[in-house]
Amino acid sequence: MLKQTEGSHAVAEAVALCRPEVICAYPISPQTHIVEGLGEMVKSGDLKDCEFINVESEFAAMSVAIGSSATGARTYTATASQGLLFMVEAVYNASGLGLPIVMTVANRAIGAPINIWNDHSDSLSQRDCGWIQLFAETNQEALDLHIQAFKLAEELSLPVMVCMDGFILTHAYERVDIPTQEQVDAFLPPYEPRQVLDPAEPVSIGAMVGPEAFMEVRYLAHAKQMQALERIPQMAEEFKTVFGRAIGGLTHSYRTDDAETIVIAMGSVLGTIKDVVDEMRDAGEKIGVLGITSFRPFPIAAVAAALKNCKRFVVLEKSLAVGSGGIVATDVRMAVTGMGLKGYTVVAGLGGRAITKKSLHALFAKAGRGELEPVTFLDLDWQVVNRQLERERQTRRSGPAAESMLRDVGTVASKIA
Amino acid sequence: MSLQPVKFYQTGTFTVGNRLLAPEERSVQANMQRTNSLNSGHRACQGCGEALGARYAIDAAMNATNRQLIAANATGCLEVFSTPYPETSWQIPWIHSLFGNAAAVATGIAAAIKVKKQKGQGGDVRVVAQGGDGGTTDIGFGCLSGMFERNDDVLYICYDNGGYMNTGVQRSSATPPAARTATTMPLGPEPGNVFGQGKFVPAIAMAHEIPYVATATVADLRDLEYKVTKAMGIRGARYIHILVPCPLGWGTASHDTIRMARLAKETGIFPVFEAEYGEVKSVLAIRRPLPVEEYLRPQKRYAHLFGKSPAVATIARIQALADKNIRKYRLQARQGGH
Amino acid sequence: MDKPFAITLKPGSSLANHTGSWRTTRPEYVDRLPPCNAACPAGENIQGWLFHAESGDYEKAWHALVENNPLPAIMGRVCYHPCEGGCNRQHMDSAVGINSVERFLGDEANKHGWKFAPAAAASGRRVLVIGSGPAGLSAAYHLTRMGHKAVIYEEAPLAGGMMRFGIPKYRLPREVLDTEIQRLLDFGVELHLETKVTDVQQTMKDGFDAVFLGVGAHIAKRAYIPAGDANKVLDAVSVLRGMEDHDAPLLGRRVVVYGGGNTAIDVARTAKRLGAEESIIVYRRTRDKMPAHDFEVEEALQEGISIKWLSTITEAGMGERGDDIMVEKMALDENGFPQPTGEFERMEADSVVLALGQDADLSLLENVPGLVVDKGMIEIDAGMMTGHPGVFAGGDMAGNERTVTVAVGHGKKAARAIDAWLRGEKYAPLPKPELATFDRMNPWYYSDAPKTMRPVLDIIRRQSTFEEVLGGLDETNALFEARRCMSCGNCFECDNCYGVCPDNAVIKLGPGKRFQFNYDYCKGCGICATECPCGAIRIVAEEN
Repeated sequence: MLKQTEGSHAVAEAVALCRPEVICAYPISPQTHIVEGLGEMVKSGDLKDCEFINVESEFAAMSVAIGSSATGARTYTATASQGLLFMVEAVYNASGLGLPIVMTVANRAIGAPINIWNDHSDSLSQRDCGWIQLFAETNQEALDLHIQAFKLAEELSLPVMVCMDGFILTHAYERVDIPTQEQVDAFLPPYEPRQVLDPAEPVSIGAMVGPEAFMEVRYLAHAKQMQALERIPQMAEEFKTVFGRAIGGLTHSYRTDDAETIVIAMGSVLGTIKDVVDEMRDAGEKIGVLGITSFRPFPIAAVAAALKNCKRFVVLEKSLAVGSGGIVATDVRMAVTGMGLKGYTVVAGLGGRAITKKSLHALFAKAGRGELEPVTFLDLDWQVVNRQLERERQTRRSGPAAESMLRDVGTVASKIA
Repeated sequence: MSLQPVKFYQTGTFTVGNRLLAPEERSVQANMQRTNSLNSGHRACQGCGEALGARYAIDAAMNATNRQLIAANATGCLEVFSTPYPETSWQIPWIHSLFGNAAAVATGIAAAIKVKKQKGQGGDVRVVAQGGDGGTTDIGFGCLSGMFERNDDVLYICYDNGGYMNTGVQRSSATPPAARTATTMPLGPEPGNVFGQGKFVPAIAMAHEIPYVATATVADLRDLEYKVTKAMGIRGARYIHILVPCPLGWGTASHDTIRMARLAKETGIFPVFEAEYGEVKSVLAIRRPLPVEEYLRPQKRYAHLFGKSPAVATIARIQALADKNIRKYRLQARQGGH
Repeated sequence: MDKPFAITLKPGSSLANHTGSWRTTRPEYVDRLPPCNAACPAGENIQGWLFHAESGDYEKAWHALVENNPLPAIMGRVCYHPCEGGCNRQHMDSAVGINSVERFLGDEANKHGWKFAPAAAASGRRVLVIGSGPAGLSAAYHLTRMGHKAVIYEEAPLAGGMMRFGIPKYRLPREVLDTEIQRLLDFGVELHLETKVTDVQQTMKDGFDAVFLGVGAHIAKRAYIPAGDANKVLDAVSVLRGMEDHDAPLLGRRVVVYGGGNTAIDVARTAKRLGAEESIIVYRRTRDKMPAHDFEVEEALQEGISIKWLSTITEAGMGERGDDIMVEKMALDENGFPQPTGEFERMEADSVVLALGQDADLSLLENVPGLVVDKGMIEIDAGMMTGHPGVFAGGDMAGNERTVTVAVGHGKKAARAIDAWLRGEKYAPLPKPELATFDRMNPWYYSDAPKTMRPVLDIIRRQSTFEEVLGGLDETNALFEARRCMSCGNCFECDNCYGVCPDNAVIKLGPGKRFQFNYDYCKGCGICATECPCGAIRIVAEEN
């Protein structure tokens, strides 16, 4: 059913269609609208046989999810940013225990300075936490990925994070096709836990494992992700059969066939990039786009295959490995090792900084000319940065950098005495 | 002529079992078919109070729930000594997640059970969360309070041995004043742990006005079993705080574990009571009143109080704390009072 | 369930980890000798029969009791209960009223007509028992149980010896005595009354394989006291024996009893009951030196008996009417012995009764070779045998401590020795286990329960009648009293060890079967031993 609705609400409806049994909610922007929607559905009785629990922290949210999932309940929660960081210990624990929890991460920057706007720092900080991480480009994809996520999680006994850009997707009203309950039921079977807390068949879950078996346990977690690498494309096919849409999979190539330059990115920014690429194609540039849907497991082979005919690639990412450069770029470089490609890392859109078509045009053109620096910070205000660096050189107590720079920019100067 | 009620047993109600009692009046631990929820072969130290308390409590809970029980366990001694790969001592469905989240994990279990039951896919299974004092009064306190406030259908059991024993005896918020730990050494002008404001979680639990709060010790098995059984008959959030002496951390002989718990209760150091909806309903009165010195002296963690010149003032301060407990909870020895 | 590797484990699998290897000390179950049993001269397994009484199975308790002592109703009245003196419960509140429970059981048996368990198959051997006092009856009973034919020859017209002719009725009603003797006769003990043995060797030739001498000591010791004619000087044995005749002895208005033993008390109390306005005991030492039991002294004082301490009678039959006596004050020397002071006092006395002890009549043994008599007592070996093979002896004639209980113990021990001797063996008693002392116990586990007081006869009736002074327990308080027993030193299956082991290393074997340690898992922490209420677990060093 086609519907004009907010991204968060679309996701809430998708999750509800998956018949979750336990939902844990703790408010943090920009995921609040999702759990609010679900809470309303549970309260109204539209979503039956589901416990909606208002917990006291994200750490508790993930902990409750661990308990309910281990007891055989299909479990969902959502978070973002600081919230994800606050639950990190439990995030690792959920994957370590192999519990198929599905969590939406409404991607948002991490403070300090505190910032509610979108980038990918939060989920990418959990790169190695053992969860599957799927990134949605559109609200339709966000909606559909949740349905796939439950199936994938439960088949593999692994938790899945569905990442969608905060505000850009969560708060955007778009037309989406919401599937029917019958379609979802046909695609997603009831949860059959691999291990469950059951008095009829007691087990001890969560043993302490020493050096004699820890490596093996970790390898098996890796092996499971490798299985996911096979299952994700298959599942996209299965999804297409039931729902008629090509959604999911590991990566998506766009106009890459004869591309000399391929731009790689994750999430909603792909839309902007595609617009720019279309325009550059129209201008005769051989440029294409590779969108990565599955960040974890990282599709090394698929990325390598997608890039095998290009000359250079640009990884544009909404994240920063401070002191190193890119996070996604590092993985991509690993995928193309030995292929002799020229690679560029572009850090863009941190903390909600707008990524404009104009900037992208300039950026890609520069890349095409081979003039791009290995690591570029898109639209960085060098004047502000340099002034602050200078201040810090001169004065030991130069004050908080963010405030000083804002004063320079003049944005909130009137509010600072 | 018959001045005493005839129902007097050679050993009263104090021993684990009694052949003169009707089977239904005997303790769970006296039963040959007790579940031994925490089985032999665990790696707890010799004379571990927590191992004992955990079996007492969980066996009683198993008995009260017709063996329909799931437990969530915080990180700590109990978890480490019971489930090192490749062996577990637990005979019940049991999960260990993290140090600070046992109460929340239990909430999740309870939620799952509720839904399964609603859907006709599961029976009436009950949930226990358990942890040491560190996992309860410190790192797990947030989750514990949340569980209380929501009144989730969970019995949380804290095994209080007054410190982080698993990591080598460091101070927790349950470490008593003046006690020596690895992080409160008996040095300086105020040796041992500080005389803080105290953090008596049973009282904090009562402040949540949850249906049931109780304290117990491993020295009063029947009382402990009564409280666990009672707790399992109640829906909603429940909390039982059990004093479990730690031979390692307290510096006591391994055979004195129960004796130390008894001394804690008899000196008034540890009040044993139960409360419903925030109000104290009954207390276990002191049977043979003793000065706190009797309790402190056998413990090496208080050895610095009994050096060449005894720390009379410090001992008096501890006595004052015990006296306050006795006043506050009305623990005075009573005639014929059990 | 297809469990994930390593993180999820099979329940109870830690049984593979044998923590017993950590142990440096190990617990062991022991049986220690309870102090009551240790103190009982009759060798009763007091704790053993209390065990059955605790569950209200009085018949079983009585059967356990009579395995050692066939006279519980008597013993429950006349025994000075050294068991209670040993009882560990006195360190908590007061000793268990063992004696009162014993009497209750004896009375129950008499009331319900309980019979002894059948004796062993007849051995065809015959043993002569001379004397039907407690030693003789006990020996005859035990010999009968062992299958031997026991034949008692009794000089007196009635059986019971000193129990009949020495103990006043107010302490031992005669129907109780008769009932318990009759039970022995019903059991197969053969009794010949008014049959005096004058020559043991001769009598033994009437088909006896062995003989037990239990003739007692009923010849009163005399002290030389110059006396005139008018004053009556009697001896305690005669007075008490006379109480069994139709006419009670005439003692007069003012009676002086000379002596400090239980017999002196018995006579003084008897005199009071016979109508004496004043009954006075004269004793040469102080109260704490008095051999009579304190509770008897106390009861006598309650009944109005007066006692002159540190006094001796130097002369009787003085004065015009010949009814005065002279008493000399004594003083204790540094060794505690009384010494004359030269200070005299004259007292009125219608009669003077000497209660200065008794000697045994050993005339029947005159021709028996090998017998040794020393200071009026017959010498016996550890197996109660005299210097003459096959001749055994016990009771008052063979011991310094002359009580019914000691005599019953002698009878049992002699019977066992005779049994061994008849089989050509030497009697060797089992070695006694270590004593269950109070410091080995954990008294916390015993509820507070003060001793049940037995009803005591009203003081007026005590001064005028021979009704039994001390009442018995009823069923409810007998049960209560029995349950005060702490089972010192012997497992009573309280389940404490089973419960308190942090390692579940105690195996409960089921009712009556006690427990076993599972050394595969026992870490040797010792909690079981510390928390064993009765001290039935010991900790020993692990050897390897």
